[in-house]
Amino acid sequence: MKLQQLSVFLENRPGHLAEPLALLSREGINILSLSLADTSDFGILRMIVRDWERAAQVLKADDWVVKLTEVVAVDVEDRPGGLAEVLRAAGRAELKIEYMYAFSLRRNNRAALIFRFEEPDRAIDVLSAAGCHVIEAEELFAAVE
Amino acid sequence: MLTERWNDVEGGFHPASAPDYLPVERLREVQLRRLRAVVTRAYDNVELFRSRMQERGLTPADIRTLEDIAQLPFTVKVDLRDTYPFGLFASPMSEIVRLHASSGTTGKPIVVAYTREDLNVWAEVMTRTFASCGLHRGDIVQNAFGYGLFTGGLGAHYGAEALGATVIPVSGGNTERQLMVMKDFNVSAVCATPSYFIHVIERALDLGLDLRELPLHTGIFGAEPWSEEMRQRIQEGAGIRAYDIYGLSEIIGPGVGSECEHQDGLHIFEDHFYPEIIDPETGAVLPDGEEGELVLTTLSKQAMPVIRYRTRDITRIITETCGCGRSLRRIRRVGRRSDDMFIIRGVNVFPSQVEAALLAVEGTLPHYQIILTRDHGLDQMAVEVEVTPEVFSDKVRALEDVRAELAKAIEQIIGIRVALRLVEPRTIARSEGKAKRVIDKRAI
Ligand SMILES: [Zn+2]
Repeated sequence: MKLQQLSVFLENRPGHLAEPLALLSREGINILSLSLADTSDFGILRMIVRDWERAAQVLKADDWVVKLTEVVAVDVEDRPGGLAEVLRAAGRAELKIEYMYAFSLRRNNRAALIFRFEEPDRAIDVLSAAGCHVIEAEELFAAVE
Repeated sequence: MLTERWNDVEGGFHPASAPDYLPVERLREVQLRRLRAVVTRAYDNVELFRSRMQERGLTPADIRTLEDIAQLPFTVKVDLRDTYPFGLFASPMSEIVRLHASSGTTGKPIVVAYTREDLNVWAEVMTRTFASCGLHRGDIVQNAFGYGLFTGGLGAHYGAEALGATVIPVSGGNTERQLMVMKDFNVSAVCATPSYFIHVIERALDLGLDLRELPLHTGIFGAEPWSEEMRQRIQEGAGIRAYDIYGLSEIIGPGVGSECEHQDGLHIFEDHFYPEIIDPETGAVLPDGEEGELVLTTLSKQAMPVIRYRTRDITRIITETCGCGRSLRRIRRVGRRSDDMFIIRGVNVFPSQVEAALLAVEGTLPHYQIILTRDHGLDQMAVEVEVTPEVFSDKVRALEDVRAELAKAIEQIIGIRVALRLVEPRTIARSEGKAKRVIDKRAI
């Protein structure tokens, strides 16, 4: 149920983001989703790729600092008020959300949300029990590719 | 009895190590005899030294005891630059068989010369270095010191060969090839700068190679100051014993001193290199045990005798005798150089203090650089620290916390606010495997 997210440390320099992306593209690795969190000094590039093991290897070999984190994808457009429902369920169970970002599912022109929970396993149990649609990795990859 | 330890295959004692165990009185006799000879040689052949002796009204005959060395003039790094390239040579070029040069950070390099006999002495002291670190015939030594003008590579090379070990002259850099050699050639010992070897450990981890599972058992590290924390990191990360060695090109290269199995101070091969500790301000000789600047005199060098060379290294002579039985005096490992010290807003700061602060924050490897600038007449200090996989997080907040913690640790030790920047790995320039610690951009 969990997805592996790749995070890469970046210095905050103009045009710098292009370097790791170009590297992955040269290796034929398709980035399904990316988000950049940045401060005035540094940025953290977060990516979802299908072949995350190879992507991590390629980046490390080129001296990038890479971290793998488990994240959870939730289909929030399954029904009206979907996001509110997810947040309520998480709040009731006191699940800590570190951050979240949108993930567009090209096939049916919809959006999923990627959540970074402190406790991804418990989050999946809680959300599934509350009737939220937690997307499997394969299902997600099928929806974008 | 020395003969009982004469077993270079089992380790413990190599015949070349015999002078390490000379009775102290005998050692002092050897030193005095050699001191008188080297002073005479320098006086007869080196113009700069002779004129400084004459200014003081001294001749070589005035050196009657070892204590008389305090009357002799110092030699400083600038002297080697001013006489570039061959001005301090005491042998004709027909007797000089090798030249090395330091890669000077400013201006001209320093050129050093060796006769055939000098090279023999160099190989001898490096053999004694390796033996002192427990190596012997049968060891496979990967020499990752830089080969070329730098003295590290060839100095270690000939010493390891003379010991009877198998040498792999891989030189520095190309980390993946280093790891391939280390693994495929069953390497048992490695020579490297400590900062480079930490990089090798990191890269091995990236590649899923556990150095602790290899036959590698010993590391010989030198050419830059390093700390006890770095030693622990290397010993644990690679599953080896990490030894500190000491040397400088101006004196001979590596081979001036080395730790023994006790890893508690470095024995100076003082039958060839006479150590003194002086007060760096007044130049007065300090008694053994007091901290000050290390001054070295080459007792047997022919091509380029150097009398009372001020190393800028701050250390002290250990007065207790070592458990290993060597009669050679030890110095404390050199943690800081008076050269590296900088003054910011009236405060003396050593890079080693910054290093101690960085190391105190768990998981941070000491790849860092200090950048000094002046903004509207006020000195600013920035510290760039390479991010490691250990401290990296996907959470902005967690990284901000690491940054703040590092800045606070430095500020607490040196008492000055610093701007701390996290930078990408391998962005801090290294030359010959050494990281340049301080970049001073302040216009004077
Ligand atoms: Zn000892």
